[in-house]
Amino acid sequence: MKSRRENRRPLTNRQIENRFTLIRTLVAVGIALICCLALILLVSEEPLQAFVSFLTGPLDPPKNLATVLQTAAPLIFSGLAVSIMFSCNQFNLAGEGAFFLGGLAGSAVAVKLVLPYVVHPIVALLAGGLVGGIVCAIPGLLKVKLGATEVVSSLMLNYVVLYFGVYLLNYFLLDPSAGFPATERLPDTARLESLIPKTNFHIGIILSFVLCVVMYFFLYRSKYGYSIRMVGQNENFARYSGIKVGATIMMAQIIGGILAGVGGASEVLGGYTRFQWVALPGYGFDGVIVAILAGNNPLLVPLGAVFLAYLRVGADIMSRRSDVATEVLAIVQGAIILLVAAKLFLKNIKHKYIVANATKLEAMKGGEEHE
Amino acid sequence: MRALSEVLLSMEHITKVYPNGFIANKDVSLSVRQGEIHALSGENGAGKSTLMKILFGEEQAEQGKIFFKGKEIRPENSISAIKMGIGMVHQHFMLVPSLTVAENIVLGMEPGRFGRFDRRAALRMAQEITEKYKFQINPKERVENLAVGDKQKVEILKALIRGAELLILDEPTAVLTPQETEELFVQMERLREKGHTLIFISHKLREIKQICDRITVLRAGKTVGVANVADLSEAEISRMMVGRDVMLQVTKEKAKPGKTVLQVRDLNLSGRPDGKTISFDLRAGEILGIAGVEGNGQKELADYISGMRTYSQGSIRLNGKEIRGLSVRKIRELGLSHISEDRMSYGCSADANVEENLFSTSIYRKKYSRGLLLRKKLLDSESDRLIQEYHIKCSEKTEPVRMLSGGNIQKVVVAREFSGDISLILANQPTRGIDVGATEFIRNKLISLRDQRVAVLLISADLNEVLEVSDSILVFSGHGISAYFPDASQVREEVLGEYMLGIRQMDAQQIGGVVYEKQTGEPASADQPAN
Amino acid sequence: MNDILSSIFSTDFVYSSLRLTTPVLFAALASLIADRAGIINIGLEGIMLFSALTGVIGSAYSQSLFVGLLCAVGTGVLIAFIMAYFSLTLHADITLAGVAVNLVATGGTVFVLYSICGDKGVSTSLNSLVFPTVEIPLLKDIPVLGNILSGHNVLTYVSLVMVVVVWFFMEKSKLGLRIRAVGENENAAKSVGISVVRIRYLALILSGVLASLGGAFLSMGMLTYFSKNMSAGRGFIALAAEALGRGGAVGTFFSSLVFGCAEALSVSLQGVGLPPQFVQMVPYVTTILGLVIYSALRKKQQKSLHQLYKKRKRGLR
Repeated sequence: MKSRRENRRPLTNRQIENRFTLIRTLVAVGIALICCLALILLVSEEPLQAFVSFLTGPLDPPKNLATVLQTAAPLIFSGLAVSIMFSCNQFNLAGEGAFFLGGLAGSAVAVKLVLPYVVHPIVALLAGGLVGGIVCAIPGLLKVKLGATEVVSSLMLNYVVLYFGVYLLNYFLLDPSAGFPATERLPDTARLESLIPKTNFHIGIILSFVLCVVMYFFLYRSKYGYSIRMVGQNENFARYSGIKVGATIMMAQIIGGILAGVGGASEVLGGYTRFQWVALPGYGFDGVIVAILAGNNPLLVPLGAVFLAYLRVGADIMSRRSDVATEVLAIVQGAIILLVAAKLFLKNIKHKYIVANATKLEAMKGGEEHE
Repeated sequence: MRALSEVLLSMEHITKVYPNGFIANKDVSLSVRQGEIHALSGENGAGKSTLMKILFGEEQAEQGKIFFKGKEIRPENSISAIKMGIGMVHQHFMLVPSLTVAENIVLGMEPGRFGRFDRRAALRMAQEITEKYKFQINPKERVENLAVGDKQKVEILKALIRGAELLILDEPTAVLTPQETEELFVQMERLREKGHTLIFISHKLREIKQICDRITVLRAGKTVGVANVADLSEAEISRMMVGRDVMLQVTKEKAKPGKTVLQVRDLNLSGRPDGKTISFDLRAGEILGIAGVEGNGQKELADYISGMRTYSQGSIRLNGKEIRGLSVRKIRELGLSHISEDRMSYGCSADANVEENLFSTSIYRKKYSRGLLLRKKLLDSESDRLIQEYHIKCSEKTEPVRMLSGGNIQKVVVAREFSGDISLILANQPTRGIDVGATEFIRNKLISLRDQRVAVLLISADLNEVLEVSDSILVFSGHGISAYFPDASQVREEVLGEYMLGIRQMDAQQIGGVVYEKQTGEPASADQPAN
Repeated sequence: MNDILSSIFSTDFVYSSLRLTTPVLFAALASLIADRAGIINIGLEGIMLFSALTGVIGSAYSQSLFVGLLCAVGTGVLIAFIMAYFSLTLHADITLAGVAVNLVATGGTVFVLYSICGDKGVSTSLNSLVFPTVEIPLLKDIPVLGNILSGHNVLTYVSLVMVVVVWFFMEKSKLGLRIRAVGENENAAKSVGISVVRIRYLALILSGVLASLGGAFLSMGMLTYFSKNMSAGRGFIALAAEALGRGGAVGTFFSSLVFGCAEALSVSLQGVGLPPQFVQMVPYVTTILGLVIYSALRKKQQKSLHQLYKKRKRGLR
């Protein structure tokens, strides 16, 4: 009898919702890719070849997969940063600036300090994290102390941070012999070494994956993460329960900033020979896409990041093998955000699903009562 | 029986069940005659508002029919109700503060050509309608600068200009000063003279006696009586309203109060420096019920005790410690447990799961963490235990709370609040809007905790609950205490009703009986006896 | 130091302040309409950028300024409609929808630019048109004033006219009244049968139109071509300008002017020996300072309002 009931046990509402979120995300991605195909058809002389190289390029040759992972690493860092801040319902977009300045701070430590192997990159990464934390703390502080909306202040801060960073680069860290605005060569003691010869698969990539697990435990298995999530879900409830709301908001933003800063440092130390950014690298905003795809869950962040990285590498290869520019990706990304964020997208289908399930449940209940 | 043609509105056998299973109206009928002021009365939660929302198209009934002007109607939303000639003045005003009176009145039907808003024509329209009904109000004034009584006039005018024949006034006097109330009554009579029909929702007996022709009384979602107001005394109406239902009876031993847990002195709940102050003591092993019409200081008292708001006058001591300025967490550490009246905004996080909701007040404690991580197994086993002990019906402990029924959500709240080392339970509307089973469970739980020497402060708009569960009762009226009954079992509901509704007031000495711990050097009955 | 002062107190400086105010002013007025309906339009930046590009393309291919303008405005309407559809009909978070629009615009404009003229930076290979400058008769002959006020791009004058138009629209039209009602108290609007969603759609689309004019000015007035990321955060600055202007058209004009001056300052400070990065920072730092001051004042005002309210209540009794 037990087994019979097992067989026809209807799903719980939570399972339906989870399943549905997955379906909706997949449909959203599908639609976004179709939009992309349509655009390629529109502008390309050889649309089929372009689209094929877009989709299969990252697998061919297989070495490209390492490139995908390398591309994913900074996305993971910034995706994690945004996930933590979004979990606290903080729309702080200064992750972008934190990532940039973190990279600069890491490079500064690399070229200005003389330290032994192992210690050097650790200090550089920590410096990046520290600077990143400070950057993201500013909009947080303005929000908590003055109630200034973090969206606009963080967006403006990104520009300030950019120019500040370029100033530091030009006045204190510039290597005139480079021929373009850049620091001196990063010393070998500080670089994150490649793990697979002839690729850029460096240890920062491993670090990013490890941090996902760490942040998952932080967000879902520690009392601090719990506070962050409760403040994000219902600030009133958090206050009523005795959670310190202001401090929690600050904590979320600072941790987000640290993650972005470390990400910046890791990206520079692992992927570049010199620090040479004179524009915002855009990873902070990519973090928003990754966080949305992952539903702010750190364990899903690598999935979202790798997916995005795959598209990016694909687009890059496509642009080299055909006449379509990589920037077509921006349209895919925007469509994904819009469709995944649309709460009522595919609502009708979901509703039918729930009704059907509830009817099943009702029938089962009726059956039990008769037994 | 009068002729049928004189009946303007008749609502027949209305039943309304909310999605969470709460039955707000059970086979309720209401008949209103052309040109009368009809009182709709009953305690909070008796189903008056729901009935009127159904009439005004804001809610749909499961069963029953509505006839208006002899034809059956089914208002789907407020717009269709307005078109039929039904108007409603909500308790919370639906006005745009920065716009003028005239602009608010004509909003949605603005005069003017080519998209231009003709301010003068609007002013003229507003003036015409105010003059027609002799309302004293300046149409040019911005609504944000108006006194409450004038805002209400704007609401009434909004309904009148749209041709309302039947006007619903939802507790209009609750927010008015006595003078404003008098003015409102003059206007209501004028409206009646002009042929309008009014439904007046109120539980203030004196007002009903003064202005209304007939009365329908609801109690616990059912109609308990219809009568000509002139045929009833205030006491009789009061009895109809608060008559006790013996559906839920809780059995309990007599309380054996111990030491004082909560001490409130000279606390001002009115927000005005010259307002009344209250003082009372609550002892361990005692349930002190606070009865009163909502909005008489109960919310302020709860906010002050729980630390959600700080007070500047008077003092509150919990287990001997002054709590002014302490954080919510500190107060909770002193032994406070708090059931908020607003379950979904404060009592829980709807998106969080059952287990997460069970530990929001205690998760920071050392015993739940090992190093940086939470002790998942300990939390799991404790939440399993709580779910079982409190009969929380959920498919799994990771189910988001929003998927549970109202009663089960409240059980989650209660399970959390009743765990741990507590000495005072602040139970604010602990059973509002939940099913009978959960209600009974929570009430019994409160009593068993009392027997374990916990002090309980029970704030409830449900008189049954106050009378059944409490050991002693305070009555709030006008942001102060109007009565103290040391033994709840000796209190008759109509007497309680009279104190609640402001018909009677005990003198200071009788009320002073609730202060057990006299402060040295200060005689307990130093206050002037009232009248 | 003298260099700085003399450059600030020159007619050139005031002239270029007005010129640089134009795009921010258009966007701030756009933000105003959306904000009064209760929507914070983060997507202004993206709308401006896209319109700047489509205006150039439209005018280049048709050799007609009018078609160019039409393309720019059409783009603004389309993007605003998409935002409205996702946020109002499908209930996507409006901030996220704005971020999405901005992301699409950053990359999408480059994609379109590359597809059409094979360049990823600027549109100089397209023979696009520019809105003419206008000498105002009489005014242009007045010594100082003429130098400052005359000879601007026609869109600069349009933007000034728009201040009056938006003021009239918000304060004097039926639709403006309804927009304000929806933004201030949704329930009040609903209670008299106004469709909140429809009003918000309209407000967003009008907002899109104004922002697109700002975009058109960037590429067909301020510069003569489209260049990558040429909106440079002006859409965000506009949000702050509108907040500082307290939601009024005239106030918004003055706060936009402040940001225009900040930008002109940043232009005229180039070459006085300061590190150029600090000079470039000026508009953004000004915005943050503006936000801080605004928030601090609002906080203070709320406190005193609260006390005033208490007092008034006391007086009543």
